[in-house]
Amino acid sequence: MRANAKPIGGRLLTPSYKVILLIAAIGVATIIWRFAAGLGATTALSDGYPWGLWIAFDVVVGTALACGGYAIAILLYVFNRGQYHPLIRPAILTSALGYSLAGLAVAIDVGRPWLLWKVPVMIWRWNVNSVLLEVAVCIMAYVVVLWIELTPALLDRWSQSGQEQLRRRAERIRPSLDRALIWITALGILLPTMHQSSLGTLMLLSGPKLNAIWNTPFLPMLFLITSVCMGYAAVVFETTFSSLAFGLPKDLRILGSIQRVAAIGAAVVVGFRFVDLGLRGVMGQVFQLDLPAILFWIENVLFVLPVLMVAQKRVVSLGSLFRSAVLLALGGTLYRFDTFLVGFNPGRGWHYFPSVPEILVSVGLVAVELAAYIAIVKTFPILSGVRETSPTAVD
Amino acid sequence: MASDRRALLKGLAAAAAAAALPAVPALARQTPSAPSDAVGLLYDATRCIGCRACVVACKEANDLPADTTTYGDGLYDAPAGLNERTKTVIQLYKEGNEQSFVKKQCMHCIDPACAAGCMLGALKKREHGIVSWDASRCVGCRYCQTACPFGVPQFEWSKKAPKIVKCELCRDRLAEGKQPACTDVCPRQAVIFGKREDLLAEAHRRLASEPDQYVKTVYGEHELGGTQVLYLSHVPFEKLGFRFDSTDAVPKVQHLIQHGVYQGFLVPAALYAVLGTVVFRNRGKGSVDGSLTDEEK
Ligand code: SF4
Ligand code: SF4
Ligand code: SF4
Repeated sequence: MRANAKPIGGRLLTPSYKVILLIAAIGVATIIWRFAAGLGATTALSDGYPWGLWIAFDVVVGTALACGGYAIAILLYVFNRGQYHPLIRPAILTSALGYSLAGLAVAIDVGRPWLLWKVPVMIWRWNVNSVLLEVAVCIMAYVVVLWIELTPALLDRWSQSGQEQLRRRAERIRPSLDRALIWITALGILLPTMHQSSLGTLMLLSGPKLNAIWNTPFLPMLFLITSVCMGYAAVVFETTFSSLAFGLPKDLRILGSIQRVAAIGAAVVVGFRFVDLGLRGVMGQVFQLDLPAILFWIENVLFVLPVLMVAQKRVVSLGSLFRSAVLLALGGTLYRFDTFLVGFNPGRGWHYFPSVPEILVSVGLVAVELAAYIAIVKTFPILSGVRETSPTAVD
Repeated sequence: MASDRRALLKGLAAAAAAAALPAVPALARQTPSAPSDAVGLLYDATRCIGCRACVVACKEANDLPADTTTYGDGLYDAPAGLNERTKTVIQLYKEGNEQSFVKKQCMHCIDPACAAGCMLGALKKREHGIVSWDASRCVGCRYCQTACPFGVPQFEWSKKAPKIVKCELCRDRLAEGKQPACTDVCPRQAVIFGKREDLLAEAHRRLASEPDQYVKTVYGEHELGGTQVLYLSHVPFEKLGFRFDSTDAVPKVQHLIQHGVYQGFLVPAALYAVLGTVVFRNRGKGSVDGSLTDEEK
């Protein structure tokens, strides 16, 4: 009765799944190499560019794309839009996986990972002024929150398992879990609001090294809004993917309204950035013919196109929904890359382009996420609208 | 539903008000000034002959290996810039017949950006305002490197247990009652050690007595909030690689925002209370775990 969500079931080790596993395995092997050989031998990082692909992509972009759970939770619980219900569980799952892997990426990136445990534990040593500390502690807490938010799926599986003992245990835990989940859910909205905005605040410490186009005191607000937009875009991706891969019915109406919310966010960002450039008197910077200016315009085009598509009601088919989601996600991704890498100027003589091992690790982590997602939705009741007969999907 | 939204908006307004309150003292944040016992260096580019005795002495005092990567054969310790083996370096600026040497090392900022972001306080202003590094608190995140406006902290990329390498003003030697290795060996007193206020007075004395010799600034007196290492030069400072001349300390903007929002943790707490209430009221209309309620089916 309780859950309309059901496991997908079906064979796990399909040929395409094996390809994903292979890519993941290459990534894991590269991670082992990174620890064996050190950061200098495996990355293109330098004293000028101490942060590269792993921070900019896996953490800063990765967690924003993992904001689906956050974005849907806002609609669902704060604005009480019940129609988004079927989307929350898969969204929370992608968020949990995305954030967990971002945490792993941090452990791979830092030079002295064996001391990381001190960050959440040694409270008496906390530098309370450190924005990075806030981001780190917030993200760690949010990973825990996300996995707790997924426990109802585990209980549902126990209930459905047919084993009397498991079923009874599930029923015993459920009432108190339901009560706790209210506060956990609230935490699940508070924490991303804090750390997604603070990811923007982070780069303000680069001060004059950060290009004026991105160097605004409104960086936290812009990061927050774009993270919500990217979260919605990721939900559209994910729904498209599961409808293609598992043959699930998709509710275009729901996806369409989600896309409208994201488009409003994108429009606000674009409008606000121009006002902000004008107020700070640096509008001239975006009319120069240099790389930062060109990338600034590409960011804005990527944000404006989906807004136009939505405004002209062109987002009616799954294909056009998907296209506008891709544009939004790319816009947000580029905006983050530019703030962390392109807009960051450590001075003359420094260059950065990710090394092959860096790329293999990033791609590998995405593959790990995908593999885990598929395995989990096949085993646990995450997706709604599952057909009674299990489809043999992802072949 | 409408009433819930009203409750939410009211709550958000309260949260915004709570955000504005702590922002008032935060906006009045005093620019930190140097500690009264602050020590530092004064480097006078007009006196430096580029002998690099300081570079060698610094390596000896800090047990740093030679950097033989710049010139072939592995014969010369000739670092081109600060790096994981080099805490100080002498660089040459030359344009036409204008030329100058310049010594680079940590500036020991009065409001150091490197320390502002460091999670557990591995980099921190400690005794005499010296910005020093504590291995037991460093996770190797390299936020200090993205933050430092002078490109000072270096990371041991080649090591498996990498450390942050930067000048700590020879704090071990100071503790033994000695002066820093670089000032100790300088044959021309181009770089001298002392209390910051004495060095500043000396710098201004030189500016006043030989005004034609110098650019009319003591770099570090006010730049980026002030530094404990001060510079005099006969060529413009930007030619010597000092990229920034703003007097604002680098952490200022970030501090204003972070303190405005997070001071006393009032705003997050208020927001959490509001969110909890709203989610609590919306419960039942769609249970929190994402299953459908009967009414929705
Ligand atoms: S110069 Fe750089 S490393 Fe030295 S105190 Fe200032 S910010 Fe820190
Ligand atoms: S690398 Fe170490 S010293 Fe630098 S900010 Fe990170 S923890 Fe602090
Ligand atoms: S004070 Fe010591 S560590 Fe710093 S540059 Fe001079 S010799 Fe090197």
